[in-house]
Amino acid sequence: MKIPLSYIVRNLWTRKLTTSLTAGGMALVVFVFATVLMLEEGLRATLVQTGLWDNAVVIRRSSGTEVQSVIDRKQAAVIASAPEVAYGADGEPMVSKEVVVLINLDKRGSTKPSNVVIRGVGPKGLALRPQVKLVEGRMFRPGSSEIVAGRAIAQRFTGAGLNETLRFGGREWTVVGLFDAGGSGFDSEIWGDADQMMQAFRRNAYSVAVVELASADRFPAFRERLEDDPRLTVEAKRETVFYAEQSELLANFIRILGLTLSVIFSFGAIIGAMITMYAAVSNRTAEIGTLRALGFPRGSILTAFLLESLFLSLLGGVIGLLLASLMRFVSVSTMNWQSFAEIAFRFSLTPQIVMQSLAFAAIMGLLGGVLPAARAARLKIVDALRAA
Amino acid sequence: MESFKLALRNALRHRLRTGLTVLGLVVAILAFGLLQTVIDAWYAGAEGASNTRLITRNSISLVFTLPITYRDKIRRVPGVTGVSMANWFGGVYITEKNFFPQFAVDPKTYFELYPEFLVPPEQMKEFLRDRKGAIVGRKLAREYGFKVGDVVPLRGTIYPGTWSFVVRGIYDGAEKSTDTSQLFFHWDYLNESAKRTMPKRGDSTGVYVVRIASPDQAAEVAQAIDREFRNSLAETLTETEKAFQLGFVAMTEALVVAIRIVSFLVIFIILAVMANTMAMTARERTSEYATLKALGFGPGFLGRLIFGESLVIAAVGGAVGIALTFPVANAFAAKMGTLFPVFNVSPETIWMQVAAAIVVGCAAAIVPAVRAGRVRIAEGLRAIG
Repeated sequence: MKIPLSYIVRNLWTRKLTTSLTAGGMALVVFVFATVLMLEEGLRATLVQTGLWDNAVVIRRSSGTEVQSVIDRKQAAVIASAPEVAYGADGEPMVSKEVVVLINLDKRGSTKPSNVVIRGVGPKGLALRPQVKLVEGRMFRPGSSEIVAGRAIAQRFTGAGLNETLRFGGREWTVVGLFDAGGSGFDSEIWGDADQMMQAFRRNAYSVAVVELASADRFPAFRERLEDDPRLTVEAKRETVFYAEQSELLANFIRILGLTLSVIFSFGAIIGAMITMYAAVSNRTAEIGTLRALGFPRGSILTAFLLESLFLSLLGGVIGLLLASLMRFVSVSTMNWQSFAEIAFRFSLTPQIVMQSLAFAAIMGLLGGVLPAARAARLKIVDALRAA
Repeated sequence: MESFKLALRNALRHRLRTGLTVLGLVVAILAFGLLQTVIDAWYAGAEGASNTRLITRNSISLVFTLPITYRDKIRRVPGVTGVSMANWFGGVYITEKNFFPQFAVDPKTYFELYPEFLVPPEQMKEFLRDRKGAIVGRKLAREYGFKVGDVVPLRGTIYPGTWSFVVRGIYDGAEKSTDTSQLFFHWDYLNESAKRTMPKRGDSTGVYVVRIASPDQAAEVAQAIDREFRNSLAETLTETEKAFQLGFVAMTEALVVAIRIVSFLVIFIILAVMANTMAMTARERTSEYATLKALGFGPGFLGRLIFGESLVIAAVGGAVGIALTFPVANAFAAKMGTLFPVFNVSPETIWMQVAAAIVVGCAAAIVPAVRAGRVRIAEGLRAIG
């Protein structure tokens, strides 16, 4: 014989203040848990989207980031001549030899500088990244002091908007276009002509070479060729892998900090649930005795109280998730420790995170409810009835 | 006094519930204290900065270096009493996980400008004599077990190749806030090798450290230095060491803000738990409050009773939480190693913890106290929990 669900729900409804306080505490814990996962997911999505599986990034061996890498013209030519590289319709290899530097720009409305990536790209730079689309203005003309800016940069930095000018490398640069990179890391970059950038920054070498492979499965052969070539001191990585690695440190930090906090906080919430359920059991001792006398077995009592706790925590979980889903409209920008560059990303809510958060809430509810429920189930009918 | 005694006894009536609430409070106050300390650690670099030091760097960004010839020009700027230089090395010790800052510095002048780095004189002499020598901080030495005479191999990320340095000295911090997780070595050694392998990178340094006579001159001298190099191939940006360090913090400000918000969320969570405890307690005692009222005690007395009980629980939880903050922070710092060079629980953090406990104690009692005050005797006597 089972205790009807309506009994359980009405028990929660009678004690509105207690129910809402307990569920409120749980909601905050679930909120923290969910936002951390959303932040990590958003960061991952941004950086994974940045790369394409059949593109490869070539940097100087063990330099780690694009900014620290140096590839001179001779090496770049060797890389471009590898037979695994795809060829465009114009018969040229699909290689973009790029200069990547960081410059300090002021955020709009403040004088605090942030590091922004300036990427000098080759003629094939745009073709190699189909996710990057010009949305306003036009592309820069090769050989001129013109640049195009990612949308995230244009909004946030002084002088980076359309038709505004930026001063760096001893020149004025005009922003002639804005591009949208579909939420990828390129949204936080400014692009110009590679040769102009080399002149402005007085460099005689590129930073990276980005190549499109004729087919994605030829990457191992390509990597082996470059690594065995005595003229080169470079390493090649798939573009997706390269950018995912760039965010590893930051993503790990967010995850470890967030999960540690969630565990500590959930401890508080479990205690809250436990207090509530213990009180529910002691208030209803006579009621439990009556139920037992009516013939409900111990198992039903145990289940009823566990379910009550579970409902309580799921209520909190749903409220927490609703709060967390509001965070999707917030965009975060911070410095990526590995590349030292500014990166903008969003909180992203996936079905998996919804499930994880609800499961987390349910576990909190069960852990908080199990001891009080066991106490309720163990009550002797006679003692319980006498308690009234 | 009587009401306080009664409040204390009331708190002990439900041992299990009070115990659980105190436990929750301990965890929350502890977590709050640790998060505040993490935020402090973030700002530690700026806190330890001197007012009489300026940092001159390339105005484009730190990625670009400054020519070595600037050194003498900076020294001639009025108000400057000392110049040294430092260059970020960015080497990896065995694996990327073992992160600590390494700088190529001008050995003689650098330690003069940083009197808070205390190096024993005989070790200093050894360091100056050995071109491949290095000086490491006490915390760094402890973390990786470096001893004087040990060889530290670093894989260069900016300067390719494997570099080996011999530890010639270990420095201590003059103050608690001094960063002792760094490694310093001879700029000359770096420069010679760099010139050989990539001539364009030679004869340059990342930043100049400039000492000025008094903090009042900071703005003036900084402008004078920048004016000196305007329209040159490498324009400079000079700011106080504090502003320079805060610039780094500002870049990761979003994370600091997030941690700050979360640290206050934990207070709300525990407030919910605590308020719940008090609400339930008051609810169960409705008939008791009605009895007290019938005996002639006013709402004020009932309010004192409830506030007293709530504050007693909050005080016990808060006190234990604060007491635990110190050992837990030490354990955390040991675990994090050199990621947070300075990790100390500040007096402000303790005060904030005290305030948080009091606020939670008071806020949790408000609703039950108001309700108890409003209870009508006839209804209250009839009430069952």
